[in-house]
Amino acid sequence: MSIKTLFTLVFLFFGGLLLAGSGDQHDHGHDGHDHDTHEAHEDHSGGHELSCEHASFGHHGKFDAGATAFHHISDANVYSIGPLQIPLPCILYNNRDGALHMFLSSEFGFDNLGHGDGHYAFNGYVLDGGTVRMIADPEFPMDKTEIKGIIHDDENNAYVCVGDRMYGTYAKSTADFGLFGGGITPFYDFSITKNVVSMIIVFLFMLWMFLKIAKAYKLREGQAPKGLQSFIEPIFVFIQDEVCKPFLGDKYLRYQPFIMTLFFFILGLNLFGQIPFLGGSNVTGNLAFTAVLAIFAFFVTNLSGNKHYWEHIFWMPGVPAWVKTILTPVEVLGVFIKPLTLMLRLFANITAGHMVIIIFVSLIFIFSQNGDSMVGGLGTVIPSGLLSLFMMSIELLVAFIQAFVFAILTASYIGAAIEDHHHEAAH
Amino acid sequence: MGGSIAAIGMGLAVIGAGIGIGNIGAKAMEAIARQPEAVGDIRSNMILMAALVEGAALIAIVVSFLVA
Repeated sequence: MSIKTLFTLVFLFFGGLLLAGSGDQHDHGHDGHDHDTHEAHEDHSGGHELSCEHASFGHHGKFDAGATAFHHISDANVYSIGPLQIPLPCILYNNRDGALHMFLSSEFGFDNLGHGDGHYAFNGYVLDGGTVRMIADPEFPMDKTEIKGIIHDDENNAYVCVGDRMYGTYAKSTADFGLFGGGITPFYDFSITKNVVSMIIVFLFMLWMFLKIAKAYKLREGQAPKGLQSFIEPIFVFIQDEVCKPFLGDKYLRYQPFIMTLFFFILGLNLFGQIPFLGGSNVTGNLAFTAVLAIFAFFVTNLSGNKHYWEHIFWMPGVPAWVKTILTPVEVLGVFIKPLTLMLRLFANITAGHMVIIIFVSLIFIFSQNGDSMVGGLGTVIPSGLLSLFMMSIELLVAFIQAFVFAILTASYIGAAIEDHHHEAAH
Repeated sequence: MGGSIAAIGMGLAVIGAGIGIGNIGAKAMEAIARQPEAVGDIRSNMILMAALVEGAALIAIVVSFLVA
């Protein structure tokens, strides 16, 4: 099929969608009427007006697959193994009155088998779905206060209910540029969160594994590799032969530790996040984490850049002067876009994988109407399980490919920066 | 409504990347069929090119996330 035919098909498809749009809306309106009797007790608080009258903990209202997915891929101040919630240390700095609080998140009094909703406010903070939020009102009591519930509006703002009073909260403190409802807030969360714990676990595991392998090379010099050593050696040699040697040239040994660290750390975290029911932590799918890796790549590339690298950026040799005026801004932008795409690629691939798996599991709750329809629920369990298994096996592949792509791209950027100027004839 | 338009934009970005990565894959397969001994070089260059094409699509996806 030619590309032209493809485009025609695409436009026909969207045209059809637009035409079908009006009919769809009518159907939804009809559906809404059927559910009205069912949800009457929720509606009578009146339109979009939020009220603390019915605030409570536990499940209520319709199942929201999107919100569930975002809850599961975001970082948390509790570590969850299956339904079990394990408290983690909180280190919170309050910008408003400059107070630093350190306590265990068990102070929030969440259920051990729940969703990490704290039943108490502590030091002016609450735990909402596993994440700490600060109450905006400075008058709120600082000691441990029992709260009635936390309610959310359509914009994902949370309100804390104490008695019938409602207190607004700030968004959670994240370094993901506010992409997932967080951002730079009046309080900073330096806590040992779920992602940090996963990172420490993977770091310690890697340290143990590589020290053991390094020792095996010393002890068994000249002999065939054995055990763990023979498992890691092909992977290591593959990265060395496919990534380090072709891209970094003769000086590859200088940068190989960096490339290997990137590869194995990303791979370890990707695979650790794949283990079901063991936290499912989404570390490599966290923008702050991938941003730090990309910043490392940015500094290593630009600090090791030689004269030719900078010449090619600011004054590309061998092209007419008027082209240089266009080329220089593009090349300067490229210096920053390269690490930016490194950051986004890893983040988007891993987050998308986690989300698709959660959405497939959510199908059970969507078809069973959150537990109301037994037939829908039981009928979806097997297809949804199979779909999840299929996605998980694809994600195993993606875990390797993304770690490899991050390593190969970093190596090629560094390689371009340190390359000797030996292609004079080409200009 | 803004969310739906962003979703359509996301889909369009993915179509572009899909065509690009498809072409890369097709040509790489062709190249491997012609020269099976160069499979290692072709494979790593294929992944590198696919990653570069994907980068443009990812920026589009993130932008549509931000405006949604």
